[in-house]
Amino acid sequence: MKPVKFDYVAPTTLDAAVEALTAANGEGKLLAGGQSLLPLLNFRMSRPAVLVDLNGINDLSFIELRGDSVAIGALTRHREIEHSPLIASKLPVMSAAMRHVAHLAIRNRGTIGGSLSHADPAAELPMMAMFYNASLIVQGAGGRRTVAAKDFFVDALTNSLEPEDIVVEIEFPVLQHDGWAFEEVARRFGDFALASIAVSIRSGPSSIMDARVAVMGVADTPLRLQDVEKQVCEIEIDGGTSERFSELVMSSVTPHSDPRLR
Amino acid sequence: MAVNVSLTVNGTRHDIADVEPRLLLSDFLRETLGLTGTHVGCEHGVCGACTVLVNGHSVRSCLMLAVQANRAEITTVEGLGTPEALNELQIQFREHHGLQCGFCTPGMLITGEDLLNKYPLATDEEIREGLSGNLCRCTGYQNIVAAIRSAAAIRREKT
Repeated sequence: MKPVKFDYVAPTTLDAAVEALTAANGEGKLLAGGQSLLPLLNFRMSRPAVLVDLNGINDLSFIELRGDSVAIGALTRHREIEHSPLIASKLPVMSAAMRHVAHLAIRNRGTIGGSLSHADPAAELPMMAMFYNASLIVQGAGGRRTVAAKDFFVDALTNSLEPEDIVVEIEFPVLQHDGWAFEEVARRFGDFALASIAVSIRSGPSSIMDARVAVMGVADTPLRLQDVEKQVCEIEIDGGTSERFSELVMSSVTPHSDPRLR
Repeated sequence: MAVNVSLTVNGTRHDIADVEPRLLLSDFLRETLGLTGTHVGCEHGVCGACTVLVNGHSVRSCLMLAVQANRAEITTVEGLGTPEALNELQIQFREHHGLQCGFCTPGMLITGEDLLNKYPLATDEEIREGLSGNLCRCTGYQNIVAAIRSAAAIRREKT
């Protein structure tokens, strides 16, 4: 037995889950895919008194188009996002990022709500939440509320939720673009990124009209680079554009010199 | 507090009473059911040796609680084939010498089965990306990749 002893609760409704978490009085932990929590339990770095398993709540797993946004249920597995035709057509940057999310067996089990809540600064889904300016719908003791991604990630492995809050679903506004890219550097394919960037642009007749830029692995949280988004619209489009863009990005971040500490 | 767990492993139904919630699925398979083909390496989801199929998808059994496998259908390496009748992927591992010490092999085979189910595996790069979560300290991976490449080619011929 590796983890410490804990009480195990497997509610089948969201209300029962909030109730169980509230009753745990700060000593409870939510278990979704478990791909970050189980290592912490096995190492006994996390010692919850109560584990509230969300996997029995069926209506938290979905991907659907809702107006100009794609809504994703918090229990949706990485695999389902990776293979979703709706994500591929409406959120192509996210679709491209998914194959970099950990390894096959982790993608089969890990969930988007879990990854966002864990808030690893080198994980793809938190970065995608920043990139797409996503909204997280959160249920807590006082009912439902919406938290913008930029207000959600406060530090490495730290989000802004209260102990009894549960991320229920995430809305990703569809982004109009003429071109996009997602690039990542990792020591081993599928490992946490040393650094990664996502870019999308709308092009005008002779310049970039609009841009979206997000990076990760360079700070304690994923970052959207809004200054770069503005500046990139002023650079000339010629053979040197990509170099000037790289300089803009590099001058706007100050990563830790030791990649192990990023 | 203990929980009753009913699940199917390699086609056999098991009803186990009083499972402690903190028991990992990997330890449950090995110690409670005696299925020691699933190997335990790092116990924190890095090495891939303990990978099993849960409802058809490869999963690290050290990153899942046994109580979470209630009502699940599980396939371990013991369920792929028998020494007398290996399955196609196992035959290719034997043909291509895709193992040396054998410690990582159960995880490699289960991951290989899931990869064959989900991806075209048309290039070695795709096979290597798919295997990136499974560590082997003997082979240098060359022969494991060759075995899966060959199994993918055979599958293409059949379809």
